[in-house]
Amino acid sequence: MLRYIIQRLLQLIPILIGISVLTFLMLHLIPGDPVLIFAGDKPMTEERAAEIRHQLGLDRPLWVQYGDYAAHAVRGDLGRGLRSQRPVLDSILEVAPGTTQLTLAALALATILGMTLGILAALARGTWLDTAAMTFAILGVSMPVFYSSLLMILLFSFTLGWLPATGQGGVARLVMPATALGMISAAVLARLVRSGMLAVLRQEYVVTARAKGLAPRVVVLRHALKNALIPTITMLGLQLGALLGGAVVTETIFSRPGVGRLAVDAILSRDFPLVQGTVLFTAVAYVLVNLLVDISYAAIDPRVRYQ
Amino acid sequence: MREPAAVRLRGRRWPARGGRSPAREILRRLGRSRSALVGGALLLAIALAVILAPALSPYNPIKANQRSPLDPPSAAHLMGTDRFGRDILSRILWGGRLSMSVGVVAVGIAACSGVVLGLVSGYYGRRTDVVIMRLVDLLLAFPGILLALAIVATLGATLPNLMIAVGISAIPEYVRVARGTVLSLKEREFVLAARVVGCSDQTIIFRHILPNITAPLTVLATLGIAAAIITGSALSFLGLGIRPPTPEWGNMLAEGREFLRHAWWVAFFPGLAIMLAVLSINLLGDGLRDALDPRLRP
Repeated sequence: MLRYIIQRLLQLIPILIGISVLTFLMLHLIPGDPVLIFAGDKPMTEERAAEIRHQLGLDRPLWVQYGDYAAHAVRGDLGRGLRSQRPVLDSILEVAPGTTQLTLAALALATILGMTLGILAALARGTWLDTAAMTFAILGVSMPVFYSSLLMILLFSFTLGWLPATGQGGVARLVMPATALGMISAAVLARLVRSGMLAVLRQEYVVTARAKGLAPRVVVLRHALKNALIPTITMLGLQLGALLGGAVVTETIFSRPGVGRLAVDAILSRDFPLVQGTVLFTAVAYVLVNLLVDISYAAIDPRVRYQ
Repeated sequence: MREPAAVRLRGRRWPARGGRSPAREILRRLGRSRSALVGGALLLAIALAVILAPALSPYNPIKANQRSPLDPPSAAHLMGTDRFGRDILSRILWGGRLSMSVGVVAVGIAACSGVVLGLVSGYYGRRTDVVIMRLVDLLLAFPGILLALAIVATLGATLPNLMIAVGISAIPEYVRVARGTVLSLKEREFVLAARVVGCSDQTIIFRHILPNITAPLTVLATLGIAAAIITGSALSFLGLGIRPPTPEWGNMLAEGREFLRHAWWVAFFPGLAIMLAVLSINLLGDGLRDALDPRLRP
């Protein structure tokens, strides 16, 4: 197990370097002179531009600039926002808990709802329950999060007045964003769990368990579900990425402070150090979380370690 | 020798019922699938409406009409009007052209580059494989919409950049499917035979191996268009894609968001259009998957 963890940690190094190179290059791939971006797109003389270029170190070779960027990033120094002049990392860490809360709530909802629907649909195959669950699933997969969010605001905030439409804090402000965000993943999971269960229920050991007279509940929960869950766990890791990405949209719609909304605002106001920082932060966080998912997966299923 | 794709598809023999060709067999199965029929019909209707927008749309989609701002749905304006008095139905018809073509072109970009990368990666193996797969891992490190967001932020929010951004973020899936198929096929007799006869690598990859990927690729690309429409309109919704006054489903929805409380129709109908388009493609994709290769079921 330790060997597996070390191996996975080593694999992480090229990815982290790649992420940092890409985010570093972002600033240099933007059409136009980076100096102008740092100076806030104001027109200036050539001498002034050269001066700023020198001050910011933009006249050095690209690889030296990258080395500098990476060395600072490793120490948590992601530069300062152009608008706020605050350290980028501070701005991100300030809103990160909001995104974590939203993503985890959505993930919990997706897991509970998705698995319940998937199992019920598989057990009640061909009945109205199955049809209903799968109709929900295909609708859920096809419903963009920005549309379901708006419909929920329209219904629960404006028409019924049950829930606040925007902001952060308290369960009331978390229910709608988490539901809108989690619904898609719930739909994906429901489909996956259903087909996983159907495949497992046909296996010989399940037939054997039934034949020897075990209670149906035991057969389903102990024998079938455990094995049907393996692909589901992998999918949960992937869904986490979808949720983190979806949080960008959800946070914007519900005006919730979060890393996603910070990134969108930064892009719209052309605050590129902040854009760079949020992209780098989210990608690194995602890679690290995925590593944890993989390790716990390997702990549950020994076969993974020997692949 | 090239194995006729007509007899073997994905390395499996198709039952030659009454001498039907595989294409016919697939169509027959597709015709039996309720989800494919419903999805296909809906998609056809939407596609036709969008293509015929110049003929069908009752009003000019861009010209403002100050006399009727935010009119609710009525006989004159079936889906109401927006804040500039523009007919929402007309704007949806025109906007669909952009939203749907972003989906199609983005998947084209993703599928072409992804399949080539996957074929090369799987066929040559070794260092080529390692380099390409590391690149794919790198793309996968950016969760969900974030990669497309970063690309648009860097290149600028224009229609071609939007298509490129959505396309690039969808590449990994195609690389994996293509690579996986090559790995399972490259030691098979027909590939070895082609090599013995003296076919070049290029011929083997594109004439002998590529046809075997058609089935999973069709399914993936179909479902991929649905996902790309969502990503594309999400970016426009955030103000990072197609900008108003050009109508596009995502930016129409964003405009409608401001008036949600008092004029629900401004956001409701563009969102419905996105959902129906995506739903129809997903239904068709599910049907295709069952018809082409039931093993691809999730």
